[in-house]
Amino acid sequence: MIRSELVQKIADENPHLYQRDVERIVNTIFEEIIEAMSRGDRVELRGFGAFSVKKRDARTGRNPRTGESVYVEEKHVPFFKTGKLLRDRLNGK
Amino acid sequence: MSEKTLTRMDLSEAVFREVGLSRNDSAQLVESVLEHISDALVDDEQVKISSFGTFSVRQKTARMGRNPKTGQEVPIDPRRVLTFRPSHLMKDRVAAGNKK
Repeated sequence: MIRSELVQKIADENPHLYQRDVERIVNTIFEEIIEAMSRGDRVELRGFGAFSVKKRDARTGRNPRTGESVYVEEKHVPFFKTGKLLRDRLNGK
Repeated sequence: MSEKTLTRMDLSEAVFREVGLSRNDSAQLVESVLEHISDALVDDEQVKISSFGTFSVRQKTARMGRNPKTGQEVPIDPRRVLTFRPSHLMKDRVAAGNKK
């Protein structure tokens, strides 16, 4: 399923809404999650999962092509942990 | 870092502000979005949200595990796990926003 198919499904269930409004709604939800993580916040959606930010320490990496050592700065990466309900549903519980 | 935790309520509040729907309808829509994503994943479908990320389901085989406290061996059943791969855009924005 891709973004547009998700929008279509929601639009089909909500005939009173314009398709472009459904698009805005779906976009707002994903945008809000990215914005929260960009501030370092967590987004916890019970039963579905939680989006959070993890810190990766600075390290000395290597350029795989030349073997040269390079310094890699500390950085923050997005992380998702599946919620219990969804994990159980995936396993037929 | 602010370290706040947002919930469904904050997402529906954002929808409420963005589109002129009632708070109740906004909450319902947030729920539908999460439900459709979950249903697709349970059906073994990959969910690819452009500029956000990809959710996919992986099958894990059975293996022997160990209780780290007692050292006792326990079988781990085959199971399906969900992985999320953030898009480049999400990675870049999260990295930029949290940079010191």
